[in-house]
Amino acid sequence: MTKLTDLTIAQARDGLRAKEFSAVELTDAYIAAVESSRPLNAFITETPEIARDMAKKSDARIADGSAGAMEGMPIGMKDLFCTEGTLTTAASHILDGFKPQYESTISKNLWDAGAVMLGKMNLDEFAMGSANITSYYGNVVNPWKREGDDTDLVPGGSSGGSSAAVAAHSVIAATGTDTGGSIRQPAAFTGIVGFKPTYGRCSRWGVVAFASSLDQAGPMTRDVRDSAIMLGAMAGHDPKDSTSADIAVPDFEAALTGDVKGLRIGIPKEYRMDGMPAEIEKIWDQGIAWLKDAGAEIVEVSLPHTKYALPAYYIIAPAEASSNLARYDGVRYGLREEGKDLIEMYENTRAAGFGAEVKRRVLIGTYVLSAGYYDAYYLKAQRVRSRIVDDFKKAWNSCDLLLTPATPSAAFGAGENQDDPLAMYLNDVFTVPASLAGLPGIAVPAGLDSKGLPLGLQLLGRPFDEETVLRGAHVLEQQAGFNAKPQFLA
Amino acid sequence: MANLIKGNTGDWEVVIGLEVHAQVSSKAKLFSGAATAFGAGPNEQVSLVDAAMPGMLPVINKECVRQAVRTGLAMGCAINLKSVFARKNYFYADLPQGYQISQYELPVVGEGEITIDLEDGESKQVGIERLHLEQDAGKSIHDQDPTKSYIDLNRSGVALMEIVSKPDMRSADEAAAYVTKLRSILRYIGACDGNMAEGSMRADVNISVRRPGEPLGTRAELKNINSIRFIRQAVDYEVKRQIMLIEDGGEVVQETRLFDSIKGETRSMRSKEDAHDYRYFPDPDLLPLVIESAFVEEMKGTLPELPDTKKDRFISDFGLSAYDAGVLVSERETASYYEAVAAKADPKLAANWVISELFGRLNKAGKDITDSPVSPENLGNLLSLISDNTISGKIAKEVFNEMFETGKDAKDIVEEKGLKQITDTGAIEAIVDGIIANSPGQVEQYRSGKTGLIGWFVGQVMKETQGKANPGVVNQLLKSKLEG
Amino acid sequence: MSLDKKTVARIAHLARIKVPEEDLEPLAGELNNILGFIEQLNEVDTDGVDPLASVVEMNMRQREDAVTDGGYPDRVLANGPETAMGFYTVPKVVE
Ligand SMILES: [Mg+2]
Ligand SMILES: [Zn+2]
Repeated sequence: MTKLTDLTIAQARDGLRAKEFSAVELTDAYIAAVESSRPLNAFITETPEIARDMAKKSDARIADGSAGAMEGMPIGMKDLFCTEGTLTTAASHILDGFKPQYESTISKNLWDAGAVMLGKMNLDEFAMGSANITSYYGNVVNPWKREGDDTDLVPGGSSGGSSAAVAAHSVIAATGTDTGGSIRQPAAFTGIVGFKPTYGRCSRWGVVAFASSLDQAGPMTRDVRDSAIMLGAMAGHDPKDSTSADIAVPDFEAALTGDVKGLRIGIPKEYRMDGMPAEIEKIWDQGIAWLKDAGAEIVEVSLPHTKYALPAYYIIAPAEASSNLARYDGVRYGLREEGKDLIEMYENTRAAGFGAEVKRRVLIGTYVLSAGYYDAYYLKAQRVRSRIVDDFKKAWNSCDLLLTPATPSAAFGAGENQDDPLAMYLNDVFTVPASLAGLPGIAVPAGLDSKGLPLGLQLLGRPFDEETVLRGAHVLEQQAGFNAKPQFLA
Repeated sequence: MANLIKGNTGDWEVVIGLEVHAQVSSKAKLFSGAATAFGAGPNEQVSLVDAAMPGMLPVINKECVRQAVRTGLAMGCAINLKSVFARKNYFYADLPQGYQISQYELPVVGEGEITIDLEDGESKQVGIERLHLEQDAGKSIHDQDPTKSYIDLNRSGVALMEIVSKPDMRSADEAAAYVTKLRSILRYIGACDGNMAEGSMRADVNISVRRPGEPLGTRAELKNINSIRFIRQAVDYEVKRQIMLIEDGGEVVQETRLFDSIKGETRSMRSKEDAHDYRYFPDPDLLPLVIESAFVEEMKGTLPELPDTKKDRFISDFGLSAYDAGVLVSERETASYYEAVAAKADPKLAANWVISELFGRLNKAGKDITDSPVSPENLGNLLSLISDNTISGKIAKEVFNEMFETGKDAKDIVEEKGLKQITDTGAIEAIVDGIIANSPGQVEQYRSGKTGLIGWFVGQVMKETQGKANPGVVNQLLKSKLEG
Repeated sequence: MSLDKKTVARIAHLARIKVPEEDLEPLAGELNNILGFIEQLNEVDTDGVDPLASVVEMNMRQREDAVTDGGYPDRVLANGPETAMGFYTVPKVVE
């Protein structure tokens, strides 16, 4: 018999419905898996008591026929989502001891749909990073290893705790947030599916803000169907978020028809970058062939400003972050370091509370907004962003989805890339443009590189057309038939 | 040129511009559902949004937009159909977010103009630069502990309209008249209660001095002055300070100054010394505020007749003096009261009575016109009793006192007390005859040329009739009898 | 544009982050690296292009004016590092 922790959401749902096992049994299996996967450091806080309590209630609802879409599903909650009464840290020292008096809309939606909280997942500090090496609570380890090489690899970031745990089967699924690729890139690094929906689809209320105009929550799951199920539970209009779209949530699972005949898949030529590793080109070409085989029409498109997405992002995101993180001042919550006066208290608290990468971004953001530089940096970046949005709009005239690689490389070792912040930023080169345009994007595991590490492909869609993205991703997944497992399984 | 100030080295002209912060009369805050009422216990009217908890987001209050648009229209300003909320970034103990959500490049209301009324009956136009919506900050309390400041966030997030004037004012009087007029307009339309003591209206006053005709001098900004009297004092002090400084060879520095109302002086604010760089940028948690032009039209329809229009109408329709009309329209309630009185009585008489008798009594009793014991209808009735000669003006004052104390109808009091004027010529003639018969000496003197004695005779008649004889009839009869 | 030590110190103060003197120089180096990278934006012709206001193409919804929140000072103060008598407290501010 398969282990309970090997089931997908859809399979576990069937098992619970058929009374093959109870929600408590499923949860207990996962609590054990969480314990056995501690070497990955994927959790900041484990919440087994809460999980058991929630699972019991799930069983009661299953018994009385009021089960929700995520009933009994033991998931990990990225520690960027505020959870009432449970420590919420954003992986930062500055939020020491912070127990929110409120529940984020996304986590509440998931609990309302019956999901069970196994704990709070590790991440890059304030979601700033692509390797989960900036967390105050330590690095997260990727459950995958290179063949014949015991080096610890990064799980991607910032949702690295989520990606590692989903890949290692220590949670059935996890929430992520994506600002420039923080769902899709770690999903690609760990061989799972990560879906960033359209900006405005999932409420930002109660999610610790990094860059407000970019932050978007989404599911991280073992397969595309699970993403469809979980996104359905997360999404929806929230009157508490002014940027939340008042658009009905479709039945995403119903979009998985397995049919892409006649669908036009755009291949943006600017994503074929200089110095792109051959293996990445190969998997991309493979993806094109798979979709073509399945009956899709392949069209070449141009997104001329692709190259400028990353530099624009590294102005806009830090600028917003510098302002969003001003509230961490030691007055109302979290860490306080005393000083001789108020200003020194602020300076000491923020110096001690923020890590190096967060400080770097806050300083860059402060600089690009400061008097005399605002026009040259921030406004210029927002103009370029308009150009990028227009590029995509034009592309949608000739295609329905865009297919690109998810990342420029497979997972790397924790020490191999971090000496230079800029080299680290390049990880998001394929994911950032869609973030700037607010488009839905999904990373689907497509194959292994020569060292046995997963590689992902990315599909992007029109605003609020998550259904087509899921339909394409589902077919891509079927064609790829990716079933490799990481070396570390809970 | 008017308003010049004589220094030791020549004349100086004062240039004043004001930024008035007016709290929008709304139940809830600008971006959160917490209450705005005055006087709650510490941090009781604070939502998680106002306390800037992680992940909290702003959602705009419709009423605040409505009132900003109405205020803009009342000041004859252009309404910007698209405006943008921006973050003004700075650190302060009572600013939980580390930024104030305000409007910077694109405010909801653009340029306009209001008329201010000056002491001498003159008026003057003062330009409005803009009006924008923004959040108020919390409150720091410094006197509770020797080493700590206490932070109360009840005001954090309360909606303010910042109304920025052009530097069009030239004296403390004009600055005071401007705030008075602004307050009047805001209260007329119900956008702000204008309660300066509770902080519903505060003014930042920008002041500079220059030689007449020369370019603008360096200005100082006096922050958060919360009474019209203090505005005058602060301006007077600051003008003297600047002139003396320059005449002594010094230079005015651009800075924020605090007005100390106890010492009556302004001083540099140390806490604001830090050079500010607010790093304004559009708030990414909000979308641009888009207003339909139909909405603007609808808001026009909600505006009451404004004080200036009303004043003109009182002058032309009721023949009032500019001064009286100005006094009567300063508050919407007063104007409506007056109009209700004028509907029943001679409008000029009504104006006199409302301004001198009613205001006097209300003042003494510490009452507002809205809780006057004498209703406007009743006062109108009283005045028509004067006009139709039922009672004399003198008796009317007596009746009014009684009305004020008991709330009774004028007619009832006149009836009960038998105060009706005697207009029956026969009855008065008998009394007049009697007095003439009993005062041969006075009659003699009168007839020999001391006609001033007529007053004495009138007094005698009034005495005998307890003031109820119609003075016109008395006069006429006395004259004809004494001279006949 | 290139950042010197003095500018880094100014920005750090604006951002209220204490940076020890000896860290200013290396930090300036790191920040200049990033600035050098983002300055490629100057290659893009953005004449006549409006800065993006929002990727969400909708009008901002406005809520009704009703008191729906607040009234829970305990929850507001629950995480306060230092509170007294219902207030947050901070080192004394001199105005
Ligand atoms: Mg101002
Ligand atoms: Zn202001």
